[in-house]
Amino acid sequence: MQVTITALSISAVVGIPCGAWFALSKLPGKRILTTFIYTGMGLPPVVVGLVVYLFLSRQGVFGDLGWLFSFRAMVIAQVILATPLVIGITMSSILGLDPNLRPQLRALGATEWQITRALLFEARFGVILGLVAGFGAIISEVGAVMLVGGNIDGRTRVLTTAIVLETQRGHFEVALALGIILLSISFATNFLLMILQGRRW
Amino acid sequence: MSLYQLEHVEHVYRETTVLKHLNLTITAGEIFALVGPSGAGKSTLLRLMALLEPPSEGKVQIELNGKPLTYHKASITDRRQLGMVFQRPTMLTRSVYANVAFGLHLRGQHGVQSQVKHMLEAVALQHLAQRRVQSLSGGELQRVALARALILQPKVLLLDEPTANLDPYNIGIIENLVRRHHDEDGTTIIIVTHNVFQAKRLADRVGLLLESELIEVADTDTFFNHPQDPRTQAFLSGDLIY
Ligand SMILES: Nc1ncnc2c1ncn2[C@@H]1O[C@H](COP(=O)(O)OP(=O)(O)OP(=O)(O)O)[C@@H](O)[C@H]1O
Ligand SMILES: [Mg+2]
Repeated sequence: MQVTITALSISAVVGIPCGAWFALSKLPGKRILTTFIYTGMGLPPVVVGLVVYLFLSRQGVFGDLGWLFSFRAMVIAQVILATPLVIGITMSSILGLDPNLRPQLRALGATEWQITRALLFEARFGVILGLVAGFGAIISEVGAVMLVGGNIDGRTRVLTTAIVLETQRGHFEVALALGIILLSISFATNFLLMILQGRRW
Repeated sequence: MSLYQLEHVEHVYRETTVLKHLNLTITAGEIFALVGPSGAGKSTLLRLMALLEPPSEGKVQIELNGKPLTYHKASITDRRQLGMVFQRPTMLTRSVYANVAFGLHLRGQHGVQSQVKHMLEAVALQHLAQRRVQSLSGGELQRVALARALILQPKVLLLDEPTANLDPYNIGIIENLVRRHHDEDGTTIIIVTHNVFQAKRLADRVGLLLESELIEVADTDTFFNHPQDPRTQAFLSGDLIY
């Protein structure tokens, strides 16, 4: 849970500004960039886990950090999974706004920075949706976390990997109970966000 | 004193020429009405004058506080002296109050609440302050659009068909408000209108834009009673179908 929250916070801090920037600027390679982001939105977790594993393993480029099988490794893997979702959904919700809004805001005397902020606020539902999607993707994900975290009891064990372990051991009741907790967390988060959305008005 | 100077302006969108051979001078403090058939380029000209786009060719210059400014030279402080009401106003999906207060917040002003309250009273919308803009009628929406521009007390106010499709009651409110700001604050008004009677009622001078060209510019009396160009006569007598 802590892993997921940390990862999601990082994804939000990186993803929301990037999404806004990509949507609003006239970068030359925008098409290609967009394709990359949309691909990134559907990355198979196990593959991400594998790549992060290879980078962090003793022979890998960042092997010296000794981060493999740690909290940090799991956060990295989950950030890689969630960030494209946050960027992509933020971007498309800003692009989905009325194109006349930008000149309108400019005519009201907004600076570029104020325009960006106002547009992000107008796209708030989309941005929140992006965060929920990111959260949903990483809290329910096993492959990457298992690979790079190693499922070490008390250190890198998370809900999903615990469920896998308990199932393998034949402790179905425990596994099922954990599953219900996981579901409740998902549900509660979505519910909370819905209420927040309603409040914002 | 000339406020606007437009010289040899030409504007092109992709292949289409929307404005050409355009020369125009606007005096500070006047009410200038721009009339012409649909598609003539009126809205485009207004966007250029609001410094929202640079012209493809030629010069669109406005002199504010003794500084000659163009699209490229105007700072944010300069731009904030220009107000524009778009033909199709775009609102923030928030309350009426938030939309009217928006420009003041951008400028970090104090006393926003009482200013908005007064402004909403002036456009007879005080009872709708907390309503979401999406639920407003066309006339109410256009009054919000005017209110959020007027509250910023611009030196120049560009209005693009602010009373299109409105009933006489709403037209009256809007015209009176515009005239009052002009009389009290010396605001320069440039108004695009389909309605030649509106031009007659409000304007000091009138210009006719026809097929991308400014055909005739004259003071209101001359324009309506002794137009020089036969195309103006035809436009006024309704021979030009639009
Ligand atoms: N952003 C744009 N891209 C391409 N063409 C445009 C753009 N804006 C306007 N045009 C074209 O320029 C021409 C003039 O448009 P403009 O909106 O200035 O006309 P108008 O005189 O305001 O018409 P109306 O009275 O119907 O509002 C039209 O043919 C329009 O299709
Ligand atoms: Mg128009």
